[in-house]
Amino acid sequence: MSKQKNDMQPFNPNALLTREDIDQFISASDPIAARNALVNFWLQKSDAASASFVVARFEKLRGHVPLVGCRLAILRSFTIEPVLPLLRAMAFVAGIDLTVQLGDFDVYTQEILDPKSSLYTFKPDAVILAAHTADTTPDLWENFADQSPTSVQAAIERVSNHFDHLISVFRSNSSAHLILHSLQLPCQTATGILDSFSVPSQRKAIESINNAFGKKASETNNVYILDNNAMIARRGEVQWEDRRKWLSVRMPISAGELIHLAAEWMRFIHPITGKVCKAIAIDLDNTLWGGVIGEDGIEGIKVGSDYKGGAWRDVQRALLDLYHRGIILTLCSKNNPNEAMEAIEKHPGMLLRASHFSAVRINWIDKATNIRDIAKELNIGVDAVAFLDDNPVERDWVRRNLPDVTVIALPHDPMGFASALRDCPVFERLTLSVEDRERGKMYAEQRLRNELQQSAGSIEDFYRSLKMKVSISPVNSLSIGRAAQLTQKTNQFNLTTRRYTEEQVSAMLQSPHYAVLTIRVVDRFGDNGIVGLAMTKTTGDVCEIDNFLLSCRVIGRTIETAFLATIAHAAQKSGATKLVGQFVPSKKNAPAVEFYAAHGFTKTHECDVGSNWTMPLPNKELSIPTWIEIISDEK
Amino acid sequence: MNNNIEKQVLQTASDVFGVSEAQLTMASSPSTIEGWDSVQHLNLVLAIEQVAGISIDPEDIEQIKTLGDVVKIILSKV
Repeated sequence: MSKQKNDMQPFNPNALLTREDIDQFISASDPIAARNALVNFWLQKSDAASASFVVARFEKLRGHVPLVGCRLAILRSFTIEPVLPLLRAMAFVAGIDLTVQLGDFDVYTQEILDPKSSLYTFKPDAVILAAHTADTTPDLWENFADQSPTSVQAAIERVSNHFDHLISVFRSNSSAHLILHSLQLPCQTATGILDSFSVPSQRKAIESINNAFGKKASETNNVYILDNNAMIARRGEVQWEDRRKWLSVRMPISAGELIHLAAEWMRFIHPITGKVCKAIAIDLDNTLWGGVIGEDGIEGIKVGSDYKGGAWRDVQRALLDLYHRGIILTLCSKNNPNEAMEAIEKHPGMLLRASHFSAVRINWIDKATNIRDIAKELNIGVDAVAFLDDNPVERDWVRRNLPDVTVIALPHDPMGFASALRDCPVFERLTLSVEDRERGKMYAEQRLRNELQQSAGSIEDFYRSLKMKVSISPVNSLSIGRAAQLTQKTNQFNLTTRRYTEEQVSAMLQSPHYAVLTIRVVDRFGDNGIVGLAMTKTTGDVCEIDNFLLSCRVIGRTIETAFLATIAHAAQKSGATKLVGQFVPSKKNAPAVEFYAAHGFTKTHECDVGSNWTMPLPNKELSIPTWIEIISDEK
Repeated sequence: MNNNIEKQVLQTASDVFGVSEAQLTMASSPSTIEGWDSVQHLNLVLAIEQVAGISIDPEDIEQIKTLGDVVKIILSKV
């Protein structure tokens, strides 16, 4: 029988589960057991035959297990059909139901240019465009040696312009995500060793087309480049290519390698469908260092830049890369907290330190409970958490008790840990914002604030100890993006849950009656950035609060009082005698229910939509708390 | 050993074509199996190559008319 795809052997008492067992779960109407069994089945055997089986069974489970739908159109210049069952199986196992439309052979140009083509009537969420250099650019592929420098340049421009045009037309006809394969470079060039140091160069010529692709992608919304050559190099072109199949059925990729193509596509499909992990729960012993801290002590554990400690340092480097991408690191280890934290803080080989972790559970409780706890503390779903642990018994425990957690499969040899972690598609992102880059730091700071709150005396002592400084200013061109984003993403402390786009906020500012204010909060632990927004409309002597919201990060610290007091003061100065507002209840804004009542407003009206409140100005009772300092924006 | 290989082929074909094993025999062909088109023919060949650990020449791919032919090819390689 065939070899396993790799040496990953998940410890799994379910290893003996057969197709019959899975079918029995299905006929016994136990869809969750069937789903879990299918996931394990696929983990053990990811080949063409098991793919078809897995897909067929998941189709029966549709509607009975949670799945995120995604419509994927694939445009191609070569035969690729055999990858589809592998792709769909991989997606189903990840909780994604892919509806795939494969475009006809090598007609992607027509399909993109014709606004009525089946590509557009399919209404895809995402489109993959995979064209082979041999098909797009035969002059630079087979016939390179016949070319002159002029004709090489002409070929580069022709293909670059063609794809530039295709991308523009596509984007004008569809807002779907577009994943474009870069053109493959030949490993055996027409001129042999000359290619890398002569002009013109075959590889450099094709690379310049790829550079043009990259530039167009960076200038166009939701267009991404799939680095074809990196993918092929990882596997090795010798293994990747199947010349026989290319000549007989026009399939350039070896059947055995198709699973890796599917995996690469999934690295885009996960962030496109939102099936990503926001946080990772990480074990310590033999995961972040070699050895067991409780037995080997700080001198005995291995982590550093040489062998074998380097294996675990590589894991830490991979985690640190995720940290900088906005993924939250948390610890989940069965250890004595003091010993473990001391090793983290003091061992010279560590790349990660306590300040990198946003939540810490070092205790003797089972890890599924800890992970549930961590998710709750971070205010995210358990399905947004991944689990990294060298111990197959722990992994199996979490898999069974928390099937929604992404348990990262690790090989037996620690030398393969970092690579397995980097291969995980749930950590891929399509964009990287400033907020993403700062997230880890912000969460760690929040953890320190929470610890402080637990040790503070009175609540006012706590507020004072935070040394809060707020800056309230009118929205401007730099903050308008964040302001609109806040109206869209804030659910809990949001009085009216009115959502606005950047354009709508801009339009509002055209009128002298409207004011849009942002509030930024800095405290002893760091800068929270812009965390709140208020929109007011003043007509005559009435100032109406259209929107008032605060990020959940800063709820419960009287920031809203400082904000409201500032608004009231400004309204009074511009001649208003009444401050009014509305509270529109939603499923999530319970934290804001008491806001107006608590600040001395009187209710004037109540109906299905919500309640109206009013307060006469000036109001001496409404003032900025003494523990909050107002600063100007320059600080 | 033949029986084993026949079973492997039936199960693989069942997966690829999406029909139960009971509906398949060594005489099954594109004319008796609805899902057996040119795309599925390629999928079947690739799946057999993986499962049996062999490589099937393009000339032989064309010669496959029934599931029995698939078994013959596997036997010729072993």
